[in-house]
Amino acid sequence: MTPTTPASRWAIALLIALAAAPVFSALAGQTFYVFLLSKMMILALAGVSLNWILGYGNMPSFGHAGFLGIGAYSVAIMSMRAAEAQGGWLATAFVQLPIATLAAAIAAIIIGAVSLRTRGVYFIMITLAFGQMLFSLGVALEPLGGDDGMTLPMYSTLGPADLSSGPVLYYVVLGLLVLALAGSHRLMQSPFGAVIRGAKSNETRLEALGVPTYRYRLAAFALAGAVCGLAGALLANQGGYVSPALAAWTHSAELVVIVLLGGAGTLFGPLFGALAVVGLEEILSQLTEHWRIIFGPILILVVLANRGGISGLFRARTNV
Amino acid sequence: MMTLVFEQALNGVQLGVLLFLLAAGLTLVFGIMNFVNLAHGSLYMVGAYFAATFIPWSGSFIVGALLALAATAAVGMALEVLIFRRLYHRDHMDQVLATFGLILFFNELVLMVWGPAGLSIAVPSWLVGQVNIIPGVPYPAYRLAVLVTGLAAAAFLYVLVSRTRTGMRIRAGASDQQMAQALGVDIKLLFTGIVGLGAALAALAGLLAAPLRSVYAGMGEDILVLAFVVVVIGGIGSIRGAFVAALGVGLIDTVGRAFLPRVLDALLSDQIADAVAPALSTTLIYLTMVVVLAIRPRGLFPAPGQ
Repeated sequence: MTPTTPASRWAIALLIALAAAPVFSALAGQTFYVFLLSKMMILALAGVSLNWILGYGNMPSFGHAGFLGIGAYSVAIMSMRAAEAQGGWLATAFVQLPIATLAAAIAAIIIGAVSLRTRGVYFIMITLAFGQMLFSLGVALEPLGGDDGMTLPMYSTLGPADLSSGPVLYYVVLGLLVLALAGSHRLMQSPFGAVIRGAKSNETRLEALGVPTYRYRLAAFALAGAVCGLAGALLANQGGYVSPALAAWTHSAELVVIVLLGGAGTLFGPLFGALAVVGLEEILSQLTEHWRIIFGPILILVVLANRGGISGLFRARTNV
Repeated sequence: MMTLVFEQALNGVQLGVLLFLLAAGLTLVFGIMNFVNLAHGSLYMVGAYFAATFIPWSGSFIVGALLALAATAAVGMALEVLIFRRLYHRDHMDQVLATFGLILFFNELVLMVWGPAGLSIAVPSWLVGQVNIIPGVPYPAYRLAVLVTGLAAAAFLYVLVSRTRTGMRIRAGASDQQMAQALGVDIKLLFTGIVGLGAALAALAGLLAAPLRSVYAGMGEDILVLAFVVVVIGGIGSIRGAFVAALGVGLIDTVGRAFLPRVLDALLSDQIADAVAPALSTTLIYLTMVVVLAIRPRGLFPAPGQ
């Protein structure tokens, strides 16, 4: 996708609006929206990472939320240690976020190395099982609250401020999301991206051309896991709380919904998807506490009418 | 000690039998229609809710259970006609997304209809108490009944698929849809029937499990993942594989949880064993699946053509 399609114009307008949003919400005294939009952008970031493997590559992971869990728990463990030492280097976001990312990357390499031996539905199921394994590990971690999870003893610090402040977290998340989108664009235009997309359409041919697709796919899987771990680290700070539910398979399914609803394999799809999911959830829950009874059928209708998610809608309109 | 091992083994087989009832429907629908149905766990839940309603209403466990099976089969067939059949030729991820929408719908629906408190089903009075399976080893009568019912359902399924005319049509539909259709098999009706059968088996699992666990919204999601693990270990589309894998997973999970802490205690220092045991015993079946798939990427009994 080049940056001049209707979808990308809308996306860039949306990002500009997001950059201005905290100012307006502060003027209107509605700081809740900063909180909500931070969550939306963190989910978009996780969605961008899932889109690399699910959308561009042929790797329909159903355990991606496991990496959110790893990122979030990494922050929780470091902030526990930092709270015991009353601050110190382990408390800063500059240490916590990279370590959370790295931890998720290492897990993704191990999980990917095994999972990528399988194909199709087996891949969906084995990633689902790995995600569930991480979930059960979280439940078994009694010192970290077990099933109930735990409140962060302290937030990641950033110089004099910390990520408990709504606007600080907001702009950190926005900055990282823009970086991830730009990286996504560069990555998929690169030779590496060409192999990932090529392996989706015809892996056998690429193998025959002498491209070691397994290694490329594993690298993409690890990168996606790493960025999702980063999103998890941010999510822990956004909610001030970690629990195994972050890694539950239903949460993985939500990430898949974000990517597919936005349009799998499109640059800005995850951004639209996250906006649609978080927005719909917010609007429907104003109508009724049983908002899922409407949200579920909407998903089904979207699939039945599906022509490539929200990004596909823009495309369909320009083709007319 | 022997008594305990025996009892835990029976518990394992009983969990395995329940998992098989769920996995059979999943693997049939996947093997024949190439359809991934995440909402299978919802049918398990709906079956349990129906049973929790019909059993007190009819005053009989058997009558209520049969009504619940029929009602859940009807729900399954309605879903097939309205939604599933439009998705058979779509991407697996589309199927996953739509059936995830169904999960959200059904979880919320049971909350609205039956309330958030959850329900329970009492063990029928004629199955209360213990029986001696072998002299000196008492075992709860209801659990034994679950085990026998599950095995009977498995036998019924085996006979249905491999010994009857309907089963022949099912197998024909699985191996070559177009050819079966050309030879006069009503594929649409057959597919609706298969989903209905799978739904009834899921409901049976749900209502049998209900007196042992409880009936709540979201109960399907916890067990669905185990059922998928069973289907994948067994080889997608293979009923025989699902049966072997279900018993294996049931045994490994139950026996692992019961005895792994002791084994680790004996091998490692107390401190390490206490830390590792809960994590290892809850993840044991996932590790089993990973090992099986690492060695045999298409499961133990890969169905031909998948």
